[in-house]
Order: sequence, then C-alpha cells, then structure tokens
Amino acid sequence: MARVLVGVKRVIDYAVKVRVKPDKKGVVTQGVKHSMNPFDEIAVEEAVKLKEKKLASEIIAVSVGPAQSQEVIRTALAMGADRGVHVEVSGDEYELLQPVHVSKILAKLALDEKADLVILGKQAIDDDANQTAQMTAAVLDWPQGTFCNKVEKTDAGLTISREIDGGLETIKTKIPAVLSADLRLNTPRYATLPNIMKAKKKPLKKVTAKDLGVDTTPRIEIISVEDPPVRQAGALVADVDALVAKLKEGGHI
Amino acid sequence: MLRLARVNIQKLDALHSRCFAAVASKKAHEKDIAQGPARQNESFMANIFRGSLVPTQVFPYPDVLTSEQKELTASLIDPFERFFAEVNNAARNDENSKIDDNTLTALWELGAFGIQVPSDFGGLGLNNTQYGRLCEIVGANDLGLGITIGAHQSIGFKGILLFGTPEQKEKYLPKVASEKVYAAFALTEPSSGSDAASIKCRAVKSADGKHYVLNGSKIWISNGGMAEIMTVFAQTEQTDKKTGEKKDKVTAFIVERSFGGVTSGPPEKKMGIKASNTAEVYFEDVKIPIENILGEEGEGFKVAMNILNNGRFGMGATLAGTMKECIKKATEHANNRVQFGQKIKNYGAIQEKLAQMNILQYATESMAFAISQNMDSGSQDYHLEAAISKVYASECAWYVCDEAIQILGGMGFMKETGLERVLRDLRIFRIFEGTNDILRLFVALTGIQYAGSHLKEVQRALKKPTANLGFIFKEASKRAASTVGLGGTDLSPYVIDELQPYAKKTAACIDLFGQTVEELLLKYNKNIVHQQFTLSKLANAAIDIYAMIVTQSRASRATRLNLPTANHELSLTKALTLQASDRALMNLRNATSSYHQELNKEMSLIAQSVCENSGVHTSGVIDLN
Ligand SMILES: Cc1cc2nc3c(=O)[nH]c(=O)nc-3n(C[C@H](O)[C@H](O)[C@H](O)COP(=O)(O)OP(=O)(O)OC[C@H]3O[C@@H](n4cnc5c(N)ncnc54)[C@H](O)[C@@H]3O)c2cc1C
Ligand SMILES: Cc1cc2nc3c(=O)[nH]c(=O)nc-3n(C[C@H](O)[C@H](O)[C@H](O)COP(=O)(O)OP(=O)(O)OC[C@H]3O[C@@H](n4cnc5c(N)ncnc54)[C@H](O)[C@@H]3O)c2cc1C
Repeated sequence: MARVLVGVKRVIDYAVKVRVKPDKKGVVTQGVKHSMNPFDEIAVEEAVKLKEKKLASEIIAVSVGPAQSQEVIRTALAMGADRGVHVEVSGDEYELLQPVHVSKILAKLALDEKADLVILGKQAIDDDANQTAQMTAAVLDWPQGTFCNKVEKTDAGLTISREIDGGLETIKTKIPAVLSADLRLNTPRYATLPNIMKAKKKPLKKVTAKDLGVDTTPRIEIISVEDPPVRQAGALVADVDALVAKLKEGGHI
Repeated sequence: MLRLARVNIQKLDALHSRCFAAVASKKAHEKDIAQGPARQNESFMANIFRGSLVPTQVFPYPDVLTSEQKELTASLIDPFERFFAEVNNAARNDENSKIDDNTLTALWELGAFGIQVPSDFGGLGLNNTQYGRLCEIVGANDLGLGITIGAHQSIGFKGILLFGTPEQKEKYLPKVASEKVYAAFALTEPSSGSDAASIKCRAVKSADGKHYVLNGSKIWISNGGMAEIMTVFAQTEQTDKKTGEKKDKVTAFIVERSFGGVTSGPPEKKMGIKASNTAEVYFEDVKIPIENILGEEGEGFKVAMNILNNGRFGMGATLAGTMKECIKKATEHANNRVQFGQKIKNYGAIQEKLAQMNILQYATESMAFAISQNMDSGSQDYHLEAAISKVYASECAWYVCDEAIQILGGMGFMKETGLERVLRDLRIFRIFEGTNDILRLFVALTGIQYAGSHLKEVQRALKKPTANLGFIFKEASKRAASTVGLGGTDLSPYVIDELQPYAKKTAACIDLFGQTVEELLLKYNKNIVHQQFTLSKLANAAIDIYAMIVTQSRASRATRLNLPTANHELSLTKALTLQASDRALMNLRNATSSYHQELNKEMSLIAQSVCENSGVHTSGVIDLN
C-alpha cells in the first residue's frame, strides 16, 4: 500500500481568453476564472483510482501558490484526496516561481510525508514548462515515468505505458517513483456536491517554503510578455491556377 | 379621502378570498389584516397598490450571501456544469421520453435531489439563492430534467421541509435527499386545476382516530409514476370549533406508495418536458397513519399555497438560465452568418432582437435573485413578487427562445440545433404552478385587497377623528399629492446619478398606479373582482414596474461596485425602462379609459357569441348564404 502525493496547480481556466497586462509584465489574473490545471486533475484521478483499487493507502494533494490555491486543494479533496498541504508562496515571488523551486518543495514534502509515489500533471497550461516531474525525480533521485498513458501495479513496481512521438513506449519502474500524467491516462471525475461539502472537513495544512527549507528567491526577471501576433487575414482566389501562382509568388512552392 | 372611506372593504375581502382560493391563502391574509399596522408588509409591490413606497426589499439590490457562501456556491458550479456536459444528454432524454438510469444515478450522486435539505439529513443545506444559481445551470441545459428534480424538491417534499414535524423530517428527509427515493406533489384532479380548493379526493378518519382512509385520484402529477413519497391533498371533515358545524376542509398528507392502494397510470405523452414523468395517481382505501398529516388538519390549502409560493422563484432562476443559452446560440449564429454580403449581426433587425432578448434576460434574472435573497433574509412578504417573476420569466423565456429560432432562420427549426426542444419544453411554464392568467389576477387582487385593508384603517381612524388626527392628516396629504398629480413617489435616493431620469419615469408609473387602484376601487367597489379585462392591465403594469425597479437597483449596484459589465447593465436598464414605463402608463390609462370600456364590451360580446356557436361565427366569403 502506497502513499501518494499529487501536485495540483491553480491556473487560469482553460476556457478563459487570456489577456496581457498593460505593463506587459504578465497576464491579467484579477477577476479571471481559475481552476485546477487539467493535467493535475488527471493526476488526482489516477491517485483516486489507485486508492479505489486498494493500491494506495492515502492521497495527499499539494498546491504551491497564493491563498486561493486552497480552492484547487479543496477540489482534489472533493475528488477523493485525503488531506491537503498548501505551500504558500505569493506576490512577486509566485510570479517568478519556477519548476526548479516547485520540484524542491515537492521533493521535500515527498520525503517528509513518506510518500511512495508522486503523481504530477505533465505540464501546467499556464506556463507550459513540462519540467516539474522530471526535476522532482532528479532532486529525489527516484525513477521517473513521464507522459503516462497507462499505469499498472506489478509485483516489482509499476508497468507504465508512455506517450511518445507517434506511439507508446512501455517501461517498468520500481517504487518510489515520480509519474507525470498525460491527457489519455484517464477521464477525471467531477467532484459531486456532497463530496465538496465533505471536503470542507478534510484536513488542510498550510506551510511556507521557508518551513521546508526551500529558497524561492527568483532566479529570473520577466522582461516582456507579448500577445501572439494577430493572424493575417486570408484571401480568396478564383481557381487552382491562381492559388498555385500565389503560392509560387510567396516562395512556398 | 372621505369618499374612499365609503368603499365597502369587508365585502371585497370576502369575495377576493372566495374567488381566489386557488392562489391566495385566505388564512394568511386574514392574519395580515388582523395584525393590521402592527406588522409592516415589506413587499415593495403590495405597497405601491396603496400608493406608498417601501424600498427595503429592492433598494439596495439585496446581497445576502457571506463570502464563504459565495465561495462554496462558486465551487459547486463547475461540477454541475460538467454533469450536463459529460453525463446528461437532453436531446436523448427528449427522444426517449425518459432519463436513463445511469444519468439518474449520476444526478443523485451529484447531490441534485436534496439541494436545500439540511446537511444533517443528508442534503446540501443550501439556501434559496444558492439553489437558484444551480437552477440557472439546469435551465440552460435541460428543462425536462429540471422538472424531474424540481417536482421532487421544489414542491414534492418541500412541505416536509416547511411544515414537517421533527419526526416527519427525520423519517423522510434522508430518503428524499440522498437515498434515491422520489417525491411528488399531488394536488391537481380532473375537475380541479386552477380551482384547487374544489378537489374531490377524500380522506375519512378511522373510528379509533389512528389513521385516515384516502380515496380518489389525481392527474398530471410530475414524478407520479416513480414517486414513493407524495404530498397529497384531500378533503377531510372538520368541526368548526366555534359553531360546532361540520365542514369539508383540505388536509395535506404524506403518503407512501408502500402504504398499499396507491397506483399510477402510464407516463403521459406530452408536447415538451418529455424527460419528466407525468402520470395519474390513484388512491384506493389508502391507510394513512395520523402522524402523516402535514401541517394542521384542515389547513391543507394553506400548506399547498405556501409550497407553491415558496418554490416559484426557482422558475425565474431556471428560465433566466434557459434564456442565456438561447441567447448564446443566437449570438454565435449572428456573429458568423453572412447574408447579402454581410454578417447578419450588422443588420438592425437582428440587433433589435438580440438587444430585446438580453433586456428580458437581465430583468428575469434580476427578479429571481431579488426574491430568493429576500426569502433568504427571512422575508414573508414575497408572494406578489414571486408570482410576478413566474409570469414574467415564463413569457420572456418563450419570447427569447422564439426569437433565437428566428435569428437562426431555417437552422433554428432543425432538431439538431436544440432550440425546438427548448421551445416545446417552455410552453408548460405558463400553465403549471398557477397559470399566468390566474397569477395575474392574483397579483392584481391581492394588491387591491391590501390597499383595501389599509383603507379600512382609514375608516376606523375616521370613527375617532380626534384621537387619530395625525394619521388622518398624513393620509389626506399623501392622497392629495397623488391625485393632484404632484408626484408623491421619489426614487431618487436609491439609484445612481446616471439612472435618475429613468427612476423618474418609473416613479411616474408608481404614482399613476396608486391613483388607478384608488379610482378602480371607487368605481367598482367589491365588483372589481369581476373586472378581469381591467385587472390584467393592472397586473401588467405591476409586472413592468417590478422589472424597472429590480433592474435599476441591480444596475446601480453594478455601477457602485465598478463591475466591468456595469455600462452594459446600465444600457439594458435604460432600454427596459424606456419600454416598460411607456407600456405601464398605457396599461394604467387603459384600465380606466372609456375607450377601453367600449373595447372590453365588444370583446365580451365576441367571446360570448363564439362560445354560443362553439367556434368561429362568421359567414364564409364565397360560401352560399
Ligand atoms: C406537464 C404537467 C405537469 C404537472 N405537474 C403537476 C404536479 O406535479 N402536481 C400537480 O398537482 N399538478 C400538476 N400539473 C397540473 C397543473 O398545475 C394544472 O394543469 C394547472 O394548475 C392548470 O389547471 P388545469 O389544467 O385544470 O386548467 P384550468 O384550471 O381548467 O384552466 C383552463 C384555463 O382557464 C383559465 N382559468 C381558470 N380559472 C379562471 C378564472 N377564475 N378566471 C380566469 N381564467 C381562469 C386558466 O388560466 C386556463 O387558461 C401538471 C400539469 C402538466 C401539464
Ligand atoms: C422546413 C423547411 C422547409 C423549407 N422548404 C424549402 C423549399 O421547399 N425550397 C427552398 O428553396 N427552401 C426551403 N426552405 C429554406 C427557407 O426558405 C429558408 O430557411 C429561409 O429562406 C431563410 O433562410 P436561412 O434559413 O438561410 O436564414 P438566413 O437567410 O440566414 O436568415 C437568418 C436570420 O437573419 C435575418 N436576415 C437575413 N438577412 C437580413 C438582412 N439583410 N437584414 C436583416 N435581417 C436579415 C433573417 O430574417 C433571419 O432572422 C425550407 C426551410 C425549412 C426550415
């Protein structure tokens, strides 16, 4: 029976049209709908499935971020996690927080909580870094199974099918290990309303990065955030000949 | 003022209650009146009938949820929406005329059947406002499913929540909140629909007084085919405590199908809300233990009316959600469809439709949440407003859906677009839980009666003029101001600067409203109850006034809070006021004009002649005479 640590990041909701702040130092987050990073939902679902199959004994949901991060921890608790840890990092420090910091925090918590498995989303849809699981494995010096498409418990550890370019790769790993969830690993359940109510009573501990001995001093500075270039308007051509001519003119063929 | 005192109010009371048994709770009114000035009626609408302004329920726009409650509500929205996106399929429910078991199970697990049941009994323990927010999501997605959960909790077991004994609550609430036991509300019978007090189902007390035996049948009961627990209304013999006279009075019972003798008919085939089960229910020598009386014996009519009044706001919230969805589909189409070389959104004809649809949606939503929040803050005086919001919401939703179909052109008529189902589903909302016609009469007559009860006080005061001089003087000057047309109503303290000219227009409507009620009372006296042509005009004016008030209040709030949508909300409010104030003034003028007297007379004659001839009564243009 394993204890599972899952990472849940609060991000701008996937359906929101993101706007750049006038000062170009970031994007507008005030008054914007946030929710749990979709890949983290998949990670939580996988952990809950393990628990339902009696392969996991306890699920701890961790979120690193400002006070509102507790909302996504509550969602994880409503989905089936047992308790939450909120590592509070806010203000400028949070704006400039990077996978290297988060992975150190997660690694420290994995050890403190005696976790056997860390499951994270393969990437967060806000900064698209795709580094945290890999770095966490490195800090812990544990094996990693990234881009999981399927996870099965076997005697020696886990058999994992990974999404790679153009196909799947199957690997075996021992535990403890760090996994990252890809899109097709599972279909996450939504929290039911009674479970949301019950989640209010589940324990949620708050710590700071400092408590964990992790230095979150920014290592980078944001120079400028720009909107993607606006797509040029298309043009209608009369027939195939005209199209070929246009393509030639543009040096495309 | 003296002439007013001559109005014979007592007779008016009696007539109103008899005529209006179907919607008004006589007892409650009697109590209101008996209490007289001791308890201020906080209803904004009731008070404008007597020409006075009681702003507490509408200004400022209510805001009753704590930040914790708001946060909780926000966290419930996502799962509710996901249920509809991932599990439910409204088109399939409509096609199959039922909701499949997997979907129902998911709905139970979601917690959707026990939203307002206290958590101690296994429910979610939400208040009316939070319930309303979830209703909006239901309305946007599947009205048929909405009736399944609405008939269950908004009326089916609501009586147990409102009037149940601790034992009844303990026994039944956990079952209906989370144990997959369905509930229904059984009032309507073949010979009594609107006139619910005339029901024929009868329950007779056993000799030992330990139970009642129920016989009779009910029709069109939502969830009637699947409910295990029903709130059933039946006549019972009651002895008048004062006179010793025996009289039939309605009593409410909690009936379990497992009592034996309860059967139900096949699902009715309907125009819309097909996902919802509607069936006849029959009772044959059903033994109901005496503990299962709901509320007081003989007070069942009051129980029924309170349940319906209490649930009505939910319809407004639900339909506000439906309108939102219709608007979304219409807007998406208007943004993309090109005809005559342009996106159709650029054409005035389409813009007018889209604007109108949004104005109506805004007002409907503003009404629903003003009422739910009044209820959550403990108000007892929301019945007029709830009736107004039910009428308004069901008519606006029909209009909005119809116009959405129009904007989509031929696509709107196609099944796959999903709007034809919504239009079919919407039709019933103007009929059940009080037909809109009856609710209009209810609004007008309840308001008039309230105005009348106030006049009784004036009468009483006049008997002892010296002792009540202050009171009389105040009344006299108020009436004088309004009859002379000085404009007694002042809404200026309540709305933001930009809306001042609009609030003035509404104030003028309120002035004329009070004067019109007074004039009608003088003219018709107790016979006002028979003047339905006129009463419906008064009701329409009342509806328009309430729409103006709640939108002005909400848009003022949006502005004060500096919401990003404030300017748009102001536009919606201004446009609504320009339309509604004009229409309200017209309706009020028509209510007393001789021109309309003549029109009404002609209309009566036409109807009479048509009825006598069982249909169209004209000679064909080319038929041989
Ligand atoms: C799909 C569906 C579900 C339903 N669910 C339930 C349920 O769960 N429980 C339940 O108890 N009932 C239910 N009903 C019944 C519903 O509440 C009634 O249909 C409604 O009250 C109207 O009654 P009626 O149909 O008998 O019409 P009637 O009362 O016969 O009215 C016919 C017409 O006459 C008008 N009218 C009646 N009286 C007057 C008057 N005094 N002055 C002017 N006009 C008048 C009405 O406005 C209407 O236009 C349901 C009905 C349907 C269709
Ligand atoms: C059941 C059915 C049967 C049919 N039968 C036939 C048939 O037998 N033969 C046949 O040829 N066609 C038939 N049609 C097609 C029908 O005539 C078209 O649906 C109709 O002409 C409307 O065109 P549309 O649906 O493309 O809507 P659109 O033309 O796209 O209109 C969409 C909306 O935009 C508005 N609009 C468009 N242009 C303007 C403008 N310049 N200014 C303001 N508003 C504008 C319209 O009024 C409408 O509200 C049928 C359609 C249906 C649904």
